[in-house]
Amino acid sequence: MSAVVAKVRKPLIEGYKTYHDITEDICSPTEKVPNIWWIVGMVASLSLLAFGGFCLLYTIWFGIGTWNLNRTIGWGWDITNFVWWIGIGHAGTLISAILLLFRQKWRTGVNRAAEAMTIFAVICAAMFPGIHTGRPWFDWFMFPYPNTRGPLWVNFNSPLLWDLFAISTYFTVSLLFWYTGLVPDLATLRDRSTGMRKKIYNFFSFGWTGAAKHWQRWESLSLILAGLATPLVLSVHTIVSFDFATSVIPGWHTTIFPPYFVAGAIFSGFAMVLTLMLITRKVLKLEEYITLEHIESMNKIILLTGTIVGVAYLTELFIAWYSGYVYEQFAFYNRALGPYWWSYFAMMSCNVLSPQFFWFKKIRRSIVWTFVLSIVVNIGMWFERFVIIATTLARDYLPSSWSYYSPTWVEVGVYILTFGLFMTLFLIFCRVAPVIAVAEVKSILKSSGDQYVGPNAKEHHHDDHHQDETIAAKVDDVAEDTTYSSSSGVSAETDTQTETEEVVVAPPSAKDDLKKVEGIGPKIEGLLNDAGIYTWRQLANTKVEFIKEVLDKAGPRYRIHDPGTWPKQAEMAADGLWDELKKWQDELDGGK
Amino acid sequence: MAKDIIFGLYNDEEHLMAAVDKANEAGLDIWNVYTPFPVHGLDPKLGLSESRLHIAGFVFGMMGTLTAFLGMTWIFTRDWPIIFGGKPYWSVPAFIPITFELTVLFASIGMVVVFYTVCGLGPGVTNPVLDDRITDDKFCLAFDANGLSDSELDKYRDFLNGTRHIAEVHLKSI
Repeated sequence: MSAVVAKVRKPLIEGYKTYHDITEDICSPTEKVPNIWWIVGMVASLSLLAFGGFCLLYTIWFGIGTWNLNRTIGWGWDITNFVWWIGIGHAGTLISAILLLFRQKWRTGVNRAAEAMTIFAVICAAMFPGIHTGRPWFDWFMFPYPNTRGPLWVNFNSPLLWDLFAISTYFTVSLLFWYTGLVPDLATLRDRSTGMRKKIYNFFSFGWTGAAKHWQRWESLSLILAGLATPLVLSVHTIVSFDFATSVIPGWHTTIFPPYFVAGAIFSGFAMVLTLMLITRKVLKLEEYITLEHIESMNKIILLTGTIVGVAYLTELFIAWYSGYVYEQFAFYNRALGPYWWSYFAMMSCNVLSPQFFWFKKIRRSIVWTFVLSIVVNIGMWFERFVIIATTLARDYLPSSWSYYSPTWVEVGVYILTFGLFMTLFLIFCRVAPVIAVAEVKSILKSSGDQYVGPNAKEHHHDDHHQDETIAAKVDDVAEDTTYSSSSGVSAETDTQTETEEVVVAPPSAKDDLKKVEGIGPKIEGLLNDAGIYTWRQLANTKVEFIKEVLDKAGPRYRIHDPGTWPKQAEMAADGLWDELKKWQDELDGGK
Repeated sequence: MAKDIIFGLYNDEEHLMAAVDKANEAGLDIWNVYTPFPVHGLDPKLGLSESRLHIAGFVFGMMGTLTAFLGMTWIFTRDWPIIFGGKPYWSVPAFIPITFELTVLFASIGMVVVFYTVCGLGPGVTNPVLDDRITDDKFCLAFDANGLSDSELDKYRDFLNGTRHIAEVHLKSI
């Protein structure tokens, strides 16, 4: 009774995996000594973290005067990086929440890592407004609490405060969602381990047992959290865009900002997921779980959102011209042809042109292209934020205060810090938790495993055979040239009750003349073919009860036939014992 | 207090489902079923009613809505009224984003806390595990064998051994 799956669906799990294979493949990287690539990555990220950490302390110690911000340009790399990271943090929740609501099965391969990435990206993002205040030790002033200053409250009408609420909520909900999904998989790790390791995983797996009622509540919780997280993820970047859109600065004061920011966020988030997952699947050897199907699906989303972003850029230009508002027109003229023309150029080419390559299926399914373009997209998205923030501020209403800004090494260092932090956290995560949602992948095995769907699927008569039989079938060379057939219609209804062997489906080209069996005419031969039986050998291996089922289904005309001797006759035919068969058939009366 | 459980392990969720059906037909009282992943279609067979977590989500969400909206209203109209940018004290549209965020925050935290509480799960909790492979690839059908006589126990053992595709049958004290 495997799920009913449309035949156009491509497999999402390759390699004829059993449930145990899935556990083994995904959990084992956390149980072995890390490989050389992990160590190299860790050393590199810790170096970045160390240098960045120094720059952070330098900023805090000497103040943000160590940055190149000036009277005119008050938001530079800090807020650019903030918006960039928070945008990247959108893919995780999109994958886990929105794709869950849309029942997209491919999400199971990437949701765990993408959610982890979201959490780490939000941590990196949240650091910037924190240090950008100049005196981060007073950051708690941002939270509304009854205080001794009146109490004097924070300004609830300010988009900057909305942002604080949006990001805190987003971080908390993403963390809860991620961890609740992780609990059953941590229990799997717990049950595989011994000693101290077992104690640690026992603590973090919350005593999960896999009881039916717990699973039911767990699924219900996931679904409702997804329902809540979907508007949440859209609200977060909407509110980030309000930071700009509610101001009166030309170039910022536009109503298109919320959808345009959200599309851009998803765009960059998926690009980052791809960059990371392409490396992860290679290093941890998870190519059978993060397949080309997953990559292509994500590339399609990149193409869609990238095109939305492109349309938004062009709409902005059109509206600037069409509005007849000279300051708005100047803002966009300045972006494209002013002193920062190069960042506008980088933004346009990376974000609007580069994703258009994904119209080609070959490129969507090419690892190298995907990897390069995913990095290009994130470079482009960084420039988009820089264009919006710095170039707009550089040319304000008062030409005497026009200015130019480029970062100091300290600002660059703080940006590097976030890379170090992000990569360090991700590498630790790869070591301590399964990077793919083990339980969720198992739950789609029957509908997305390549032994069940796709061109290499082995047609299962019914599914009540042991998994070890499935493994045995792997090495069965007869199975190699099997093709898809339409037998599922019959077999789906006959399963569990009848005791039949697996019927290996041969392509019609390898068809035998089943009419050689006494009792089988052209009509019945057709019925058997429909049921996936084409050769004498297959018929010989089929149980009489199954043939009866087939005949019963076909109607009363066929029900009178008794297939009792057919498998035996077919066996003789398959073995080439024609003389014996002939002799026996002479004794038989109409195959009975 | 130790509790005796007799349970059978299956290799596939469909074998388990068939066994559950058979147990229902035989009128046996299933103690619990454990699976490595959520198996759809199992709940009605076990007579599990639908989860009511969404009610908790709604209640907590409403608490968040009210906390945010009434809190901001009280602060800006009663506690310390300030005019920001020429807006009225009670500037409702500007309250919407924070009201929405707190609704989601309260609903999510509330639901997650309720989930772990009603399931009896939490940091450091240790629940008895019938078999280490249940979180891997074994599907477990368990019966309460507490205080059963040998003949009664044999009834369960025979039932489990009689189900199709049974992999293992164990008696365990937890």
